[in-house]
Amino acid sequence: MDLVLHVWRQASPTAKGGFVRYEAKDVNEHASFLEMLDVLNERLTEAGDEPITFEHDCREGICGCCGIVINRVPHGPQHGAATCQLHMRHYKHGDEIWIEPWRAKAFPVLKDLLVDRGAFDRIIQAGGYVSVRTGSVPDANAVLVPKENADLAMDAASCIGCGACVAACPNASAMLFVSAKVGQLGLLPQGQPERLDRVLNMVAQMDAEGFGNCTNHGECEAVCPKQISIDFIARLNRDLAKASICVAPERAVAGAG
Amino acid sequence: MELDPKVPSGPIQQMWDKRKFELKLVNPANKRKYDVIVVGSGLAGASAAASLAELGYNVKCFAYQDSARRAHSIAAQGGINAAKNYQNDGDSVWRLFYDTVKGGDYRSREANVYRLAELSNNIMDQCVAQGIPFAREYGGLLDNRSFGGAQVSRTFYARGQTGQQLLLGAYQALMKEVATGKVQMFTRSEMLDVVLVDGQARGIVVRDMVSGKITTHAAHAVVLATGGYSNVFFLSTNAKGCNVTAAWRAHRRGALFANPCFTQIHPTCIPPSGDYQSKLTLMSESLRNDGRIWVPKQQGEPRAAGSIPEDERDYYLERLYPSFGNLTPRDIASRRAKEAVDSGRGVGELRNGVYLDFRDSIKRLGRGVIEERYGNLFEMYERITGENPYEVPMRIYPAPHYTMGGTWVDYDLMSTVPGLFVIGEANFSDHGANRLGASALMQGLADGYFVLPYTIGDYLARVGPQKTDPGHAAFGDVQREAEDRMKKLLGTKGKRTVDSFHRELGGIMLERCGMARNAPGLTEAIERIPELREQFWRDVNVPGSGDDLNQSLERAGRLADFLELAELMCRDALHREESCGGHFRDEHHTPEGEAKRNDDDFAYVAAWEFTGVGSAPKLHKEPLTFEYVPLSQRSYK
Repeated sequence: MDLVLHVWRQASPTAKGGFVRYEAKDVNEHASFLEMLDVLNERLTEAGDEPITFEHDCREGICGCCGIVINRVPHGPQHGAATCQLHMRHYKHGDEIWIEPWRAKAFPVLKDLLVDRGAFDRIIQAGGYVSVRTGSVPDANAVLVPKENADLAMDAASCIGCGACVAACPNASAMLFVSAKVGQLGLLPQGQPERLDRVLNMVAQMDAEGFGNCTNHGECEAVCPKQISIDFIARLNRDLAKASICVAPERAVAGAG
Repeated sequence: MELDPKVPSGPIQQMWDKRKFELKLVNPANKRKYDVIVVGSGLAGASAAASLAELGYNVKCFAYQDSARRAHSIAAQGGINAAKNYQNDGDSVWRLFYDTVKGGDYRSREANVYRLAELSNNIMDQCVAQGIPFAREYGGLLDNRSFGGAQVSRTFYARGQTGQQLLLGAYQALMKEVATGKVQMFTRSEMLDVVLVDGQARGIVVRDMVSGKITTHAAHAVVLATGGYSNVFFLSTNAKGCNVTAAWRAHRRGALFANPCFTQIHPTCIPPSGDYQSKLTLMSESLRNDGRIWVPKQQGEPRAAGSIPEDERDYYLERLYPSFGNLTPRDIASRRAKEAVDSGRGVGELRNGVYLDFRDSIKRLGRGVIEERYGNLFEMYERITGENPYEVPMRIYPAPHYTMGGTWVDYDLMSTVPGLFVIGEANFSDHGANRLGASALMQGLADGYFVLPYTIGDYLARVGPQKTDPGHAAFGDVQREAEDRMKKLLGTKGKRTVDSFHRELGGIMLERCGMARNAPGLTEAIERIPELREQFWRDVNVPGSGDDLNQSLERAGRLADFLELAELMCRDALHREESCGGHFRDEHHTPEGEAKRNDDDFAYVAAWEFTGVGSAPKLHKEPLTFEYVPLSQRSYK
């Protein structure tokens, strides 16, 4: 099949970007979307042009590197899949495809389709962990975890940190990402001691990074390659309310002392 | 050069305790006077960086991705082994040790493997405490599954995403230390070379992949946790960015490279579909628990799988290996799949695969159980192939996946360059000639959480806290060399793209140094690779500049090192006149077609010394002795 692509090209974070039109000829329906771009890049290189920069690594939907807005939808038309798992059999001859980077204030474009998602790391640094030192831990089976909690925690933990939720949200909110980590650790006994501090600190960091608030559009869930449910946002809000009442005032007192 | 593996004396059960007691300690107040560089943020790198920081060292951690969470450990699916014996099925540290030595076809160092088996239990404890949502039974206990090469259920798992969960656990531990300020994280930073001062590893040269700026970093010790080199084959299950550069640059600076020809071709991957193919996707080996592997008995069988009657199917693994059946180790399963396809019985449009069939398990257990166990893998398969594996059997074929070979290290995980430690897949130490499933995660984490943090202290205590002068001439020299290399790649302005060279190299390697190797093929490869290398430097086309984000330049730099490594792999494969594990030489097999080792002449680690590009490397041998697991012909029948 032959396709027409409109690809966002931007030389640097400060440069002005814009769409450039390319024709992709003889695209194989079994090729992945990124392989289609590979082939285009080979042709651009051979023609003496600069290839399109896009982020990718594992190409099997787990590393979370790739992320392109395809015809206005983060990760494209396939439900529950990352860009690298999208195959060209979803397109037909003559289709026109608009390809853009994630758009969010907290994810500045570095070049073409590649953005800086360092904000996500900083949110995790604010509390997305259990504070255990290497070695100082009990036997693995010493603490029982009900299967349904473990399963639900795993649903949340499957987040690949790609940022599609942010790209899809009209407010560029990172609530689904934050709630997935808060939810995972909040469902497990290991996460209890720091549960309330965690949610306060992670949400504060999210705000500081310039992500917007959640206003329940549900766009995040719709594009999430791991189909993480916005129920986790509800869980986060419960924890946040509780923490705001129980922990935040205590902190203010402790801080004063 | 004298190769001293520094294996402690005495009974194997006490070696690690003994060594830990012998190791010099750095007093807690002095630890903050030491700087350690960790390159790589996968299971080994992240766990090491976090653990070192917890101890009090100042750590700088480098990763080429935009976040430490993206390292390729994340893609491991099936599980992690531990000798917990929670299933009461007769497992023990000794059995895990035994299985791993045997599975490695007697080409690993017994002492290291025993330590790995011992530490496997600590790893599980650690990971559970981090809040990793492992699969549970209804009573709340941890669940297990079985894996190839073992007759006990000792594999712990988190759906089909165990690597992801373990990595995120280590990543979160690392982020916790970034928050305390003990770890300084450098993302989108690629190590280009290691800097030696007075023969000791004292720093690295790094390229900032966004600004293109090349800088140097000094430390008291350097830890490489940079993974394997399967991407030498171009098509592999590795992430696109995985590369050998750090390990190869260290090799060029004096670190011996051990058993480079020991590579693992994983039996259960999705076969290629066309010439645009950019990577191969692994389907977890755990699928072999419930899937049955078969090909039609008839060559060129035109019928669809469902219409081939039972007696016209060849369940070749069950036929050849009745006691292990579909759970034979990876090397055997891969080689037998190749045989089936080579004999004209391959399946699929391109006749390049074998079936992995869940029909019988679905009948026996119900679709719900299969969905719970492998749901995400089935979805992944369907997305890639457009076929529904609940209804038609999967098609699989082996693909390069893991490299057992790597930088030679002693029992302390230090290379032949003092102060240069190598951990995880990047070293050679624990898997011999074949790695068993669910053992890579175990090794990466054992090295990072529980071995290196102790052993590096001994080295640091001996060298003392005096800082290296970052203005030492060695830093400037190595930086200039790296800059010149980048300039040369950019200045060639040839006609061929980087990937066209990489594909050609991969083709040569897969054909000549893949699942089956022979002397004429390897000899030919050893002639062709230098020609290709020469052509690369003469005719490569790297567009753009070195002063900003340039993915072609990144790939070109990595390929330049693969082009040197490939030759060493072939030389190693040619010199090893035996078949063992993943190294199968057509000239050496038993009458049944199994790998035939030559223990009299080759029970050693081949550690190669770099003598210059295009010059024959020098072989050093570390003899292997098998005191606890007696040498025997592996049998999975």
